[in-house]
Amino acid sequence: MSSILNIKNVNKNFGKISVLNDIDINIDKGDFLVLVGPSGCGKSTLLNCIAGLEKINSGDIFIDNKNMSDIAPKDRDIAMVFQSYALYPTMTVEKNITFGMKVRGLSDEIQQKKLIEVSRQLQIENLLKRKPGQLSGGQRQRVAMGRALVRNPKLFLFDEPLSNLDAKLRVEMRTEIKRLHYDLGASMVYVTHDQIEAMTLATKIVVMKNGFIQQIGTPEEIYNHPANIFVADFMGSPAMNLIHAQTKKEKDNYQINIKLANGEVASLTEKRKLKLPKDIIIGIRPENITEMGSKNKQNAQVITSNVDIVEPAGSDTYVVTKLGETEVTARFHSETKVKIGSKIDFLLDLEKASYFNPTSGKRI
Amino acid sequence: MINSVSKNQLNKIILRIFLYLILSVFVIYYLLPLFVMITTSLKSLEEIRTGSLIALPRNITFEAWGTAWSTACTGIRCEGLKPFFWNSIFIAIPAVIISTLIGAINGYVIAQWRFKGANIIFALMLFGCFIPFQVILLPMARVLGLIDLAGSISGLIFVHVIYGIGFTTLFFRNYYVSIPVELVKAAKIDGATFLRIFWSIFLPLSLPITVVTVIWQFTQIWNDFLFGVSFSEAGTQPITVALNNIVNSTTGVKEYNVDMAAAIIAAMPTLLVYIFAGKYFIRGLTAGSVKG
Repeated sequence: MSSILNIKNVNKNFGKISVLNDIDINIDKGDFLVLVGPSGCGKSTLLNCIAGLEKINSGDIFIDNKNMSDIAPKDRDIAMVFQSYALYPTMTVEKNITFGMKVRGLSDEIQQKKLIEVSRQLQIENLLKRKPGQLSGGQRQRVAMGRALVRNPKLFLFDEPLSNLDAKLRVEMRTEIKRLHYDLGASMVYVTHDQIEAMTLATKIVVMKNGFIQQIGTPEEIYNHPANIFVADFMGSPAMNLIHAQTKKEKDNYQINIKLANGEVASLTEKRKLKLPKDIIIGIRPENITEMGSKNKQNAQVITSNVDIVEPAGSDTYVVTKLGETEVTARFHSETKVKIGSKIDFLLDLEKASYFNPTSGKRI
Repeated sequence: MINSVSKNQLNKIILRIFLYLILSVFVIYYLLPLFVMITTSLKSLEEIRTGSLIALPRNITFEAWGTAWSTACTGIRCEGLKPFFWNSIFIAIPAVIISTLIGAINGYVIAQWRFKGANIIFALMLFGCFIPFQVILLPMARVLGLIDLAGSISGLIFVHVIYGIGFTTLFFRNYYVSIPVELVKAAKIDGATFLRIFWSIFLPLSLPITVVTVIWQFTQIWNDFLFGVSFSEAGTQPITVALNNIVNSTTGVKEYNVDMAAAIIAAMPTLLVYIFAGKYFIRGLTAGSVKG
């Protein structure tokens, strides 16, 4: 696989405020890269830098192995879809889609051919004569995609394209973008603050915070092996449980002591070959804390605690309890019979747990 | 119950009548001068001397209008307002078009192509709106002399364009600032250049604010007296200066009917602009605040 986008050591600052620090990312042709992070983390700035709409202060950006750092946006062979769609308000849908080709001086026949092709693909043929003001949010979104598709670029850039849509439409369009990616085999860079969008769409995720990359990896890696507490907490809904604990070295394994709400200490045993410091934070996802009796797993440990809250969510039921100072969410079957206030056994699958250093926040 | 309801309604009706009464008083107060002007201009001198000021004309005659337009004396020339009317047209139309276009481009740059110092430049231009006319008279006369435009129509156009840019820039900048910057970004990626984006995307969006600017500029320039009287010479005076001269250069009898007709002729173009474009004016003034 050849590299389509290679970002090397890129720095960007606005005056004295640095917004991107030593960004290194490389993706292959056909990859779907999602930049995700809380607002203000620099993900949109990075996208604008890739597009050439913002100048970088140092480093290089290669698109299809060509150094594009100082090239104008129009010559980077990219197309971009914006959060506000940025459709030209006085032009019809048809003119919106063909504007780029017209500016580039393509012949009328080619323009018409591509217009028909793309509008068929996105099912907007019946909208071509309308103006953006006469379209619904979802339709505008499609037109914005059409304007990108018609360019047939090396790289598609999406800047939070779904965040202005209502929940139902968002899920629909998400599926559509995924299908489009599959059908075209195109390379895409997608910015979002929605971690579910990131997980569902990406072949590769970059998690950012304060202008620094926190972790790069496949959705599976990011989800199951978060590089630090920030990533662990940010990705996944409900968030990963992060519990303070003490360890005690035994012969082959570690004894992990968690202080419970009532002051008692629960002891768990970690059987994996690990090297743990004395103080740790255990990161464990809600789905890895289950009800007793549901198929007992290897390396599963039992903690008895009070049920504070029961939240039925349809497909699952979330059960909240308190371990030490922290609220812990467990994911039970929807048919569960647990009641608020009762004392039950929780089954922790330590096999899937992550450990973090409490001072540095890094994964151990 | 029934009694109190009808009492409420009665109160409402009385209030309504009272409201209309007050409004009518103001309408009469504002329209009375116009009424007097029009009726006086349609009377003969004889009738003005003998009749009441607010009486309707007994015999309507357009003689005074004809005199005001083509034979009234402004100083030693007796050609009426006609040549000066055309002077004003030749000054106002190019000056309005040029200052509006420059304002549009300035506003586009300041609002959408942020550059270092854009805010300072905008603040300075805004400051330009507040400079009193009198302050620039002498420097401007000197500059007009240096560039050889003194006393000419082009010189007056130049002065009005310069003085108008502050306002036109302000109007367009405030209008364009509400347009999302992503529009420019999208067009840049589509390959459009600076001027192409302005021409194809921003100008078509600008009808409401253009109307506001044109009305504003036209009214300012048409009604201007000070620049007109300072920077013109005999053949290039605008209509406001000529009107003043007609009213002041009477020999013997004061021809009130001619003066009134001349004043109405001089005010007519701005009046027409308001009547035909007024609804866009109100719409345009508030357009910046509403997203499209």
